[in-house]
Formats: sequence, structure tokens, C-alpha cells
Amino acid sequence: MAEILAFEHASIAYDGRAGRQIILNDVDFSIGEGEALGLVGESSCGKSTVALAAMRYLPRGMSVIDGRIRVEGRDIAGLTDRELSRIRGNRIAMVYQDPMSSLNPVMPIGKQLMEVPLLHGETDENAAFRRAVAMLEEVRLPAAAAMMERYPHQLSGGQQQRVVIAMALMAKPALLIMDEPTTGLDVTIEAAILELVRELRAKFGTAILFISHNLGTVARICDRIGVLYAGRMVETGRIGAVFRSPSHPYTRGLLGALPRLSGGGRRGRLRPIEGTIAAADRARPGCAFAPRCSFAARHECEERPILMVELGDGHLARCARLDAVRASAEDDRAAAASAATDGAPIVLRVRKLSKEYKLTGLFGGEKKGVVRAVTDVDLDARAGETLAIVGESGCGKSTLARIVSGLLAGTSGEVKLGETDLAKLEVDDRPPEIRRQIQMVFQNPDSTLNPSHSIAYALSRPLRMLRNLASGDAKTEVSKLLAQVRLPVEVAERMPHQLSGGQRQRVAIARALAGKPKLVVADEPVSALDVSVQAAILNLLGELLEQSRLGLVLISHDLALVRHMADWVAVMYLGRVVEYGPVAQVFSPPFHPYTEALLRAAPTPDPDAAPPTAALEGMMPSPTEIIVGCAFASRCPSRIAEQCDTTPPPVRQFGEHRIACHLELGRQAPAERGGRTEIRSSIS
Amino acid sequence: MTEVSHDLAGGRVGSFRGTDAAAASRGWARKIYDLLTRSPIGTIGAAILLTWTILAVFAPWIAPYSPTKIDPALIADPYPSAQHWLGVDHLGRDILSRLIWGARTVLTVAPTAVLGAVILGTFLGLLAGYRGGIVDAVIMRIGDTLLAFPKIILYLIIIAKFGASAFNIIAVITLSSAPIIARIVRGVTLDIKNRDYVAAARMRGESAFFIMFVEILPNARGPLIVDFFLRLGYTTIAIGVLGFLGVGLPPPDPDWGGMVKEAYGMIFVWPHMTIIPSLAISSLVIGANFLATGLREASLDG
Amino acid sequence: MLRYSAKQLLNMALTLFAVSFLVFALNELSPGDVTRKILGPYASQSQVDHLTREMGLDRPALVRYFEYMGKALTGNFGNSIYYRQPVSELMWDRLGNTLLLAAISFAVIVPISVLLGVLAGMRERGWFDRAVSIFSSICASIPEFAMGVFLLAIFVVWLGVLPGTSPLRGDAGWAIWMQFVLPVLVVTFYDAGYLIAMVRSSMVEVMRQPYIRTALLKGNSFRNVVAKHALRNALITPFTVILLQLNYLVSGLVVVETLFAYPGFGRLMLEAALAKDIAVLEAGTLVAVSVTMLTQLFGDLGYMALDPRIRV
Ligand code: SF4
Ligand code: SF4
Repeated sequence: MAEILAFEHASIAYDGRAGRQIILNDVDFSIGEGEALGLVGESSCGKSTVALAAMRYLPRGMSVIDGRIRVEGRDIAGLTDRELSRIRGNRIAMVYQDPMSSLNPVMPIGKQLMEVPLLHGETDENAAFRRAVAMLEEVRLPAAAAMMERYPHQLSGGQQQRVVIAMALMAKPALLIMDEPTTGLDVTIEAAILELVRELRAKFGTAILFISHNLGTVARICDRIGVLYAGRMVETGRIGAVFRSPSHPYTRGLLGALPRLSGGGRRGRLRPIEGTIAAADRARPGCAFAPRCSFAARHECEERPILMVELGDGHLARCARLDAVRASAEDDRAAAASAATDGAPIVLRVRKLSKEYKLTGLFGGEKKGVVRAVTDVDLDARAGETLAIVGESGCGKSTLARIVSGLLAGTSGEVKLGETDLAKLEVDDRPPEIRRQIQMVFQNPDSTLNPSHSIAYALSRPLRMLRNLASGDAKTEVSKLLAQVRLPVEVAERMPHQLSGGQRQRVAIARALAGKPKLVVADEPVSALDVSVQAAILNLLGELLEQSRLGLVLISHDLALVRHMADWVAVMYLGRVVEYGPVAQVFSPPFHPYTEALLRAAPTPDPDAAPPTAALEGMMPSPTEIIVGCAFASRCPSRIAEQCDTTPPPVRQFGEHRIACHLELGRQAPAERGGRTEIRSSIS
Repeated sequence: MTEVSHDLAGGRVGSFRGTDAAAASRGWARKIYDLLTRSPIGTIGAAILLTWTILAVFAPWIAPYSPTKIDPALIADPYPSAQHWLGVDHLGRDILSRLIWGARTVLTVAPTAVLGAVILGTFLGLLAGYRGGIVDAVIMRIGDTLLAFPKIILYLIIIAKFGASAFNIIAVITLSSAPIIARIVRGVTLDIKNRDYVAAARMRGESAFFIMFVEILPNARGPLIVDFFLRLGYTTIAIGVLGFLGVGLPPPDPDWGGMVKEAYGMIFVWPHMTIIPSLAISSLVIGANFLATGLREASLDG
Repeated sequence: MLRYSAKQLLNMALTLFAVSFLVFALNELSPGDVTRKILGPYASQSQVDHLTREMGLDRPALVRYFEYMGKALTGNFGNSIYYRQPVSELMWDRLGNTLLLAAISFAVIVPISVLLGVLAGMRERGWFDRAVSIFSSICASIPEFAMGVFLLAIFVVWLGVLPGTSPLRGDAGWAIWMQFVLPVLVVTFYDAGYLIAMVRSSMVEVMRQPYIRTALLKGNSFRNVVAKHALRNALITPFTVILLQLNYLVSGLVVVETLFAYPGFGRLMLEAALAKDIAVLEAGTLVAVSVTMLTQLFGDLGYMALDPRIRV
């Protein structure tokens, strides 16, 4: 097997004002013809640098200080600019994280595609045009010829990524580097893109270097995997081997920290990796993971460089205490799942809640339609329990959260906290006592705290505003709050930028707790955090829920996380709740067709999982469209022609479990539900 | 390796968090230290501004002569000499002393005017950005109308109507710069008001004014400080131009633009009388602009 | 697009209306001035009153405002009390001269700014970028009158190769075209300093975008990337600003015109201001504001043509 790309003990450093910083340290791997290698790691582990280095496109200040990088046998350090241009886009092509910004906004897509063959040998414009159209068809874009004339902003995110993939494959490269190609896309779109990559790989035999933070997506695409930590490869091997017997404590930690769809749910403790990665860890002479490793032993781990140890069949791990690690039991979770609570009191009752915006023209005046962000939502949130709201972007889950917390006013319907209806009250209009009872945790750790004020400010202001505490009392209370979220007291004196993302999110949770609320709304509270940090925050939320009996409304796009955290689940699509019920029932048949599609699309870090079948086609309709029948009809694989388009679906009730669908769900055993024809004939 | 030289990561490779937050909340001492080490341009600018400020503040002690003392006897040889380092002007007044006192005028009028504009513009910008809707529309509409007047014509109209005085110059500059500052602040406010920490402040019941001034404004200080120095430069030019056109500060106060105007007719005979004050005003503006550039670079490097 | 232009034109009319009213109102603060000015300090009060009545100045301000605007729409801006001549005759002449100077300067400034800005911004913090940045910053920092003094001292006083005044008459001993050299140079230095910085920072911003990386990693040469991918994107933001320089070039030339005794629109306004010749000032303001609004409109339209993301 000819080798396409090889890193031979390559080290890369950044020389800046603060001196030299090692970005990649002794990275060694190779990719042969048609092979797919996945590189995983958390933020700033150096995985994107690998991609750029393979193209010899390092940011200024970075350079290869040791080792070699070879492309098809040639050391790329010695190439001239011209030789380099002949490799880029031709032998190695790249697909990027954010497709919108990777495409030139003022150039039609066709021109951008045709550029590739024209740069690499094609001289005939018409031939280049034909090749571009053919490739657009290959990536399943509709009306490929018309697509050539469009500009990037006229396409959806998923379509844009297809264009980028088409562009990368134009010259039939030997290697395709994909840097987080599906991050930021919705699960159903992600599944379709991954499916496409698998297919194209089989068809063209292109080798792939797939870079991701998501173990599940890597499992879906790759044969081999490499785990990076602080610029070092800590474990590598065949996917099956690494996932089944992870050997490096970090790999084990990553897998253990991940909530699973197949897990038991009810907030059984996850195993977070303690601590966070520090910039200084890269410079450690011994194991970079030592400060966070529970197996660390000073003498063995910290004093000399740790070498890769072969475990057989190309499975390597960089750990000095492999025997001890492999001897220990791997999974000790499922230990402390919280007990099921029956009949917990309802804190918040949402009935027929809707939110509409009138779109006005650019200059006021003429109406351009109505956006129905939330339509007729019925939900209950209970004390001591988690109500998860799940759905893809644009499904209205965040709008719903903001109405409940009072950042937006609803248009009609009820949001009842006790006896008070809050649906139309923005937070400024709510009585102080009510305001105290509903608080919120936000998504983005970078903007959740005001960068100009200290942590003490962030925590004492709500204490004073919501509980009228004098400044002395507030001070002691701040320490208590910090302790409650497991942060040291000194943190109070810090500024937000001095904390890590996970710490900031803890402060945000403490802030939400300051007013002793009855209900906390958390909008994607961990989606911006690394897996290892995420687990600790989820554990914390679980504990708090149990201790203080508050109700949690959890907004998330991540089904595994919802499965793990929730007691009740609402699945939203296009502003409507399509399925609602206790978590165990929502995650087992009968399913709403949309829920089923979501579950199939969710990437799982399991090499044995069956590849997802038949990803959803198309996109969610615009919320301005007037929907007569079922909102999901335009994409539903089991649509019943006439009925679904024209009649709103009935709500089918299975105890507390509700599904809005025309299908006679629950009548048949789950296994039979593949045979749609039967069901259809039985209804029509 | 040529194409690598353009900076992919915008110089932010070294820091793990390239957020503007980090840059914004650094202490003043640290900021100045950064500036000195990171941007030679900024350092030069700061040095020039500082020099002129010291000269202006201590003018009565530093200036060797009275700026208004006329000595016709000196006109026979007005060129720089040991007694008069920069020579004397067409009335025999010591140019160095007039420059130093002139610095005092410029460095009083310009910062006052800019500060006025910053205060007014910031307030209106915050209000427009945070409140939105009608308030925003009205404020911005008025601002646009003011901006539609070419600046110089606005000066001329006001001065034709109310005469030339330091107060009128300050008022005109405040009025004509405030809309621009309001736009900057409004832009920043529109961005920040959707940040989660503002939502958090609303959730705990803070008043709109508290949110505007305590939650939002401190985070706008970066662009405002840069703009302050840029605007200081423009304003110095504007004051100079008014002086040069003869509609500036009334004599006999020494005013750099006025000095150029008075001696302009004699440029063929005694060029130093116009060149020296021209250099003085240029250096002050260069100082302000360099400092602004340096500050911007330092804050981008975060 | 058409609808947008119509909206903009309406907007423009409203602003013009507001501006004219403001100027008129300002004038109203002391209505006696005009007649006193015409008749001089020694005229008796009854003479002043008589003239006031005769000119209709005793009627309500609003009536006179609409009358004035009505006439202005037909091109009649009244008479100048200082030049004792219809304002329109006076103004179009001077405006023509200024437009000529503005057009030449514009034709010099734009290519220079775009070229230097793009070359500097394509390699951020390279030596050329540093040099251009410092150069443009210094140029933008030197007031026009100071730049005029420096250039005059060098080329006229010292070298004697160019004329020191530009009255646009052939009898001054210098060819007309030579009379344009110094004014254009002064304007160019000052204005290009500002524009170069604008274009540069836009270019720097564009060069940092991921699509530039995409273009390069497709196998494009750096030159190709700059020419095919970066250039158009980099000109989107500065485009409006570049057009807005026309305003500066129409009304902001007063300093250059004063420096070189150039018979232009700016100097007319200055003289009118000094002589408190309100009729001229008023008319001039309306013209200047119209120019501003027109360039803004063209700016917006051009912007839309450059950037396919913007469609109204
Ligand atoms: S080498 Fe030591 S510290 Fe590093 S992972 Fe292995 S056991 Fe942990
Ligand atoms: S109602 Fe029809 S279209 Fe909607 S989900 Fe059910 S089967 Fe699909």
C-alpha cells in the first residue's frame, strides 16, 4: 500500500513574544492509499495544526522544528512554491469546518469549482464546466447546472458543505483532509454528509484524514484512529481495538465521560476527567496528561519522555503504566443514578403557547409574512426533575426557553408558575418574587459573564437584586455559592478571562442558583465545552437537582445528553412539540418518525453500531411557511400522501407519552414498523 | 515559503483565548506596558503627545518669552538664533514661546471638544442601541441630518452666525462628532446587548440605565479609547484649519493655525515663520494618530 | 433595486428639507441683520424698516421659507448682498472650478489608494505594510495647510519650478495645467493617507478569511489569490467611503483654494461666511448637502452591485 501522507516524528513549535511553545510533539503516523485515519482530541490539542502542516500552510510563527512530513514520499519542507501548488488541491484537498466562510462570497459556486481543474492541468473551460456539474451531481445537489450560478449565501449549511466536498474532490486527490467537517451542522444533516463521505470514499478510493472532537463521527468514517492530547499522540490503532480496549487513561477518560444513548439515563454519574489542560502541560518532560491522570506516578510518569508502547496489530499507547491501567476495571458508572420520582409536583405548566413575529420590510411598512417560532406547545416541568427539549436548530427550542425565562414575551397561550400566568410578561414586567423563581444558564461560556466585572460581582449582584442581601451577607453567600459549584473561594476575585470555559459555566450555574429559584432553564449549557469538562458540569447539575429539588428545563440538540439527563423529553420540530413523554418512553418505540430519524442520525462512539440508514432528505421548512397538515410532512419517510399534507396530525396518547402523527403508532410491534406499506394501506 | 507569511490566525496563535474580553479587561498599567513593548509606533505617538502636554501645562515656566510681546527691532534678523531658538515672527514675537502657549490652547480646546462629543455621542449611542425602535430611529435620523452637512460648511454657518470663540468651536466640534461616536457606540451596543451577560442582568431585574452604563459601556471602552485619540488628531486639524482660514480663535491668543495664516503671505521672504508652526501642528496630530494605531494593535494582539 | 432607489431619493428629499429648514431657521434668529447689512451702519432705522417691508422680510418666517424653497427649486437662490449679484450665477461658476479640481484629484487619489492599500494589506505586518501604514498615517496627520506650506516651500520658494498661486488665468506666467499640480498634490497627500488606511485594513481583514485559505490550498498561487479572490472582497467596504470622498472634495477644498487663491466653491463659502452673506451660504449648503446625498445613493447602489449578498 503506497503511503500518501506521513508524519515522521514531527514536532511543530510556535515562536511568539512569550517564547517558544510546542504545538505538536513527536507526532508519528502515516496514511496509505484509500485508508481513513481519524484524529480526535479536545480544543487546542493541535489537531488542526496537523491538517495545516500536511499542506505546509502553518500560521506565521509556527514551524516544523523536528522530524519530517512527507507527501507521497517527498519531504514537503524541500518543495518549491510551484511544486507545492501542484500538490495542494490536486493530490491533497481539504474540507473545512465552516463551509460558509470557506467559500468566496462574491464568486458563483461554479467558478469556484471550475478553478480546481483549470489550475491542475485542464485547459478547456467547457470540460471544466462539465466536470464541475458532474461532481455536483456526485455530491447529490439538486439541479446541479443551475447550482453553478448560485452564490454561497443562497445555499443552506448542508448544501454548502456538499459544495466544499465537491470542490475538494474535483481533482480526484489521493488524500482528503477533513477538519471538523460536520461541526455546527444539525444531526440529520451531519448524518447525510457522513453518509456521502463514506460513499464517495468507496467510489473514488480517496484516503481520508478525518479530524474531529467527536468520537462518534470518527467511528463512522475511519479505519484507524489517533488520539491527540496536548500536541502528542497518546494512542493510536484500529478503531475497533481502541474503542473496545482503550489503553491510555486519556482515551479511557474521553470514552467514559461521554453520555451514551444506550446508557441507563437518570443522571447516573459520568466520569469526568479531573482538571483542565494548561498551556504549561505541553512543555512537560514526561507525560503531558500527568496532572489529570489518576494513575500518575511521579517516578514513572514525570521524569523522562514517555514512549509509545506497542500493544499488537498497530495499537500503540503512550503511557508508562499501561499494565496498571489495563488491569483496572474500565467502567464503574451506572452507580449512582437517581431514583425515579413519581408524581413530583408540577412547577411550570405551559399550555397552547405560541410565539409569532411579524416580519416587516426593510423600511417598515409592508408586511413580509409571519414567523411562527413556537406553535401550540403544551409541557410541564416538575420539581426535582429535568424536562429536556430537543430538536435541531430553528425548531423553536431556544425561543421557548426565552419565553419561559422572560427574555421574550409569548404571543398567546399560558405559561403558569403556580397561579401566575407569565406567557406575555417579559422579565422586566414580572413581579420580583416571580423573577427570582425562574433563572437561566446560558450556552456560551465566553459571553455568559461580563468580561469587565469580577466573579464576585457576577454572583453578588443577583444576591442583592433578588434576595435583597446587604453587601456583607452577600459576600458570605458568594463563598457558599462557589462551594456549591465546587469552585475555590479565591475565584471570587478573578476576572472571567482568567477562568477556563468549564469554570465560567460553573459560575453561571452558581449565578442562576443565587436567587434560590424553583426552576432553572439551561440553554445548551455544555455544548461549547470539551467532552471531559462537559461530564463534570453534567454531574454537578445532576447533584444540584437532587439536593435542591429545583426543576430543570434543559435545551439541547444532543440526544445522548438528553437521554442521560432527562426525566421528561419534548421533541420539537418547526415550533411544534411532535413527541412528549417520560424519557424511557420517548427513547423507545413507538416513535414519532422525526424522533426516529434523529435517533438514527445521532453518531455513537461504537465501532459495531450499524451504519445509519436513509438519512433524512431536505431541510426544515422556513417558519414563515403556512403549514396546513403535518409540519414534518416535507421530509417524513412515512408520509401518508393526502392526509399528512392537508390534515393536522392527531395527538396519540400512550399514558403520559404523546405523539402527534397520523400513523397508527403503537398498534404494531416496533420490529414491523419498517414495512410502511402495510401501515399505509391499513390507514387509507 | 511565501504564502505562509500572511497571518492565518491573526497573530492570536499564542493565546488560548483570543477573546476581546481578555484584551478589554486588562489593567491600565498592563496595557501601557503592552503598548510600550508591542508597538513602537504607539510608543512614539505617546512620547510626542506627552512632550506637548508637558510643554502646554508648564508653559508659563518653560516659555522663554511672552508670546505676545512685540519687538519690531528683532524683525531685521528674524531667523533662529541663540536667543530665539526658533526665530521671531513678522511682529518680532518669539516663535518658540508662541508655539508653547499655542500648544496650551490646542490641548485645552481639542480634548474638551472631543470629550464633549464622546459624552454626548456615547449617551445617545447607548440609548439608540439598547432601546432600539423609535428612539433609535429618531436619534439616528437627527445624527444623519447633522452628518449630511459637510463639516466645514457647518463650521462656517455657525461661525457666520455666532462669531468665532473657543466655546463656539467646541460646540461645533461636539455637535459634528457626536453622531459619529453615537454610531460607533450604537454598533457596539447592538452587539453586546445580545450577549448572555446582559440577559443575565435582565433576569435579575437590573434597570435599563444600569445595564447600559454598567454592563455595556465598560465593554465598549476599547474602541472608544482608540477613537478618542483619532478624533483628537482630527480635531487638532480642524482647529488649525479654522485658524488658518481666519475664523478660529480670536487674536491675540497664539493659535498654530492662525500663526500660519498671519505669516503665509511672507513665505517667500521668511519661510520659517510658516514652516515651524506647520511642523508643530503636524507633529501633534501624528502623535495622536500613532498612539491610536498603537492602541489598536495592542488590543488586537490580546 | 428600483424601489430601493426611489426610497433613497425620498429619504434624500426629506433630509434636504430638514437641512434647508435648519439653515433658514438659523438665519431667522436675527432677521434685522440682512437689511442693516445692505444699508450699512449709517442708515436710519426708518430706512431699514422700509427696506425690510419692501423685501417682504416682515412676513411670517414659514411663508418666506416656502417661498424661498419654491424659488430655489427653479434655480433661483436670490441675490448675494456681498457680491451684489444673483447667487446662482456666482455659484455655478465657482462650483465648476471646484468640480474640475475635485475630478482631477479623485482620478489621482483612487488608483493610488487602492494600489497601495491592497499591496500593503495582502501581507499584514510585512515590511511593505509597515512602511505604507506609517506613510499613510503621517500623510493623514498633516493638515492641508501645513502640507501646502511644505510643498510651497520646496517647489516654489526653493526650487521655483511650480507656481505658488492658481487663479486659473493664463496671464500669470504659468500654464494652466501647472497651476493644478500643487493643489492636486496637497489634496492627494491628505486624502490618500486616509483612503490607503481604509483599503489596507479591509484587505487585511479579507486576507484573514477562511476562503482565502481555501483558494490557496486549491493550488492557486499567491498572486492569483490576491487578484481573483481577495481584491473584489476587499473593495466592498471601502467602496462607499471612496465615493464619500467626493463630498470632501467638493466642500472641503476650501483650504486648498485659500492656499493657492483658486477661485472655487469652498472659498466662496468662506467669503460668504465672513461677510455674513446668508443667501450664498444657504444656497451653498443646499448644493453641498445634495452632493452628499447623491454620492451616498450611488455608493449604496454600487455596493449592491459589488456584493451579491446584498439585495434589496
Ligand atoms: S504515563 Fe502516567 S500520567 Fe501519563 S497517562 Fe500514563 S499513567 Fe497517566
Ligand atoms: S403525520 Fe404524516 S408526515 Fe407527519 S410525521 Fe406522521 S406520518 Fe410523517
